[in-house]
Amino acid sequence: MGNHRQVTEPVSVPDARGYYGEYGGRFVPETLVPALDELIEAFESAMADPAFLTRFADLQATYTGRPTPLTYARRLSDHLGGARIYLKREDLAHTGAHKINNALGQALLAERMGKRRIVAETGAGQHGVAAATACALLGLECHVYMGSVDMARQRPNVFRMQLLGAEVIPVESGSRTLKDAINEAIRDWVTNVDTTHYLLGSALGPHPYPLMVREFQSVIGIEARQQMIEQAGRLPDTVIACVGGGSNAIGIFHAFRDDDPIDLIGVEAGGCGIGSGEHAARFADPATGRPGVLHGTRSYVLQDADGQIRNTYSVSAGLDYAAVGPEHAYLRQLERAFYTYATDDEALSAFQTLCQLEGIIPALESAHAVAETIKRAPAMPRDSIILVNLSGRGDKDLDTVIAQLGGQA
Amino acid sequence: MNHTTYATGLDALAAMFTRAKAAGRAAFLPYFPVGFPTYDESLDIIEAMAAAGADGFEIGVPFSDPLADGPIIQAATQVALENGVTVQRCLDAVRELRSRGVHQPMLLMGYLNPLLAYGPDAFAEAARSAGADGVIVPDLPPEEASLVGDACARHGLALTAFLAPTSNAQRVALVAERATGFIYVVSVTGVTGARSALPPGLEDFIARVRAQTDKPLVLGFGISQPEQARRVNPLVDGFIVGSALVKAGQSGIHSVRDLAASLRAALDD
Repeated sequence: MGNHRQVTEPVSVPDARGYYGEYGGRFVPETLVPALDELIEAFESAMADPAFLTRFADLQATYTGRPTPLTYARRLSDHLGGARIYLKREDLAHTGAHKINNALGQALLAERMGKRRIVAETGAGQHGVAAATACALLGLECHVYMGSVDMARQRPNVFRMQLLGAEVIPVESGSRTLKDAINEAIRDWVTNVDTTHYLLGSALGPHPYPLMVREFQSVIGIEARQQMIEQAGRLPDTVIACVGGGSNAIGIFHAFRDDDPIDLIGVEAGGCGIGSGEHAARFADPATGRPGVLHGTRSYVLQDADGQIRNTYSVSAGLDYAAVGPEHAYLRQLERAFYTYATDDEALSAFQTLCQLEGIIPALESAHAVAETIKRAPAMPRDSIILVNLSGRGDKDLDTVIAQLGGQA
Repeated sequence: MNHTTYATGLDALAAMFTRAKAAGRAAFLPYFPVGFPTYDESLDIIEAMAAAGADGFEIGVPFSDPLADGPIIQAATQVALENGVTVQRCLDAVRELRSRGVHQPMLLMGYLNPLLAYGPDAFAEAARSAGADGVIVPDLPPEEASLVGDACARHGLALTAFLAPTSNAQRVALVAERATGFIYVVSVTGVTGARSALPPGLEDFIARVRAQTDKPLVLGFGISQPEQARRVNPLVDGFIVGSALVKAGQSGIHSVRDLAASLRAALDD
């Protein structure tokens, strides 16, 4: 075992009002406040109920396929010539991404609350597919809001959701991407709150969503920590994950939060580069990425000087969002986690590298984490370890990648 | 009555409710966003509604992500943003309306993020100095209200708070304690927008709130026709009409003025 001392910071977050330091909270129309109160109560009682936890764990094992493997990326490690690289294979979870962990947890919670109508938003479509899957499994009605721009670039996932019995509702307002899909999902929820649960897909939104999503995703880090000890005999030196809203990142970071000095690295979408303004890197651009309130939570938000939310850009639909989960803003402030970005080009190059060296087609989102790994590993000693959260598989991205690479693999 | 007669926005709003009550009716507060269809036309429309008998105004500050609004107000505020309307421009609009002699209370209605970006204290100071009387922030529940509320209190602005049909007795008590100026009562669970009928449980909901507070109640969401105005007139201290007026704004200033006049006239029946 390495020399991993327990640290006293960060303290247990969030507090009772849903704050992670100065980030988080609950900024929603009054109509939704009672529903959030009900959700907090249901979540707390479920997490203390052995029957709920047993059913959840049973579905994770027999339906999702957990634990997902930890793969030693031997050829990639040799190629880079530095740190040994391990991949946490959330791409092998049912539906092809980590999103199913949260979708199943929340769908079970909705069932427990007697809410049989589910609304969800989706960007890349992975959360929408996971929500549609969980609803099919539990016999719940599912409506997924998706920006029409995202529908065009993620066609296979639209069909998958429809096959699973969900209604996919195109969103034509604003930038017609994830941000606008969340607006529409919230409007639906406000209107139908008595019968409907909003199955939010990332570690953002009003309290208790960031907490609930973290808890449902924390299985990633709990498993990976155990697997590292079993397979490598020690914990990693560095943990790397991509950060859109930040659910896969918080899911793997959480188990390592008290393991100082493990570096926790979040990778945002650098799009065409920070200077171009065409990106979704909330922490990388102080001119536009500032604390603000979007979709019910206070965090870092890409905005103009007047507080209007900026349109974002990334080749990866799942990272193409203007705000980041509040706990990431807090971890960054504490310097417990560090955040960087990878551009479209770097992510596409990493995508190809992982395909060729490991026989794994990663999601474009996850390729951002791989890109950062490729930058860091060569400078690290051979006996050091990087753990990468491979949050999803890339089948859904083939059209995008073919277009980006001009048909040349 | 000149606007400057009142030391604070709270006084101006209290006087508005007193006058309406003395006339045996509810106050009529139209909503209209600055910058739709254009900046100049929005000011002309608000001025015309003032002349048509509006008792006060909710002046819409556009936001890129108006998640409590239905399609009509979403589209109008999007146009306003494309027309270059900023928070500062909305403050200019209030000042300009005052200089044109619009004396009714004005509340700025906007989402939280642009107000935070401006700075709550700077915003409250500038709003009061421009002639505004209050602020309405739909994504600011009472637990978080001090973010903007402290600045509003320092500068004599009201900060309303919302109640919805989903609010239980505990929420009513909290909102009644925190709201200043009036309580904005949302008639339905949903977003802004005209509905063909008011919800059946409305009287019971209002009675439930009345039993817990004597602050003025202003009803909003879903009121679009004179017939609906007649029904809510005896129930509440005021009511807001938004989407229906904004929709009329698509057909020009005369349509808005005529609808506003008919809504106002319905209160004297």
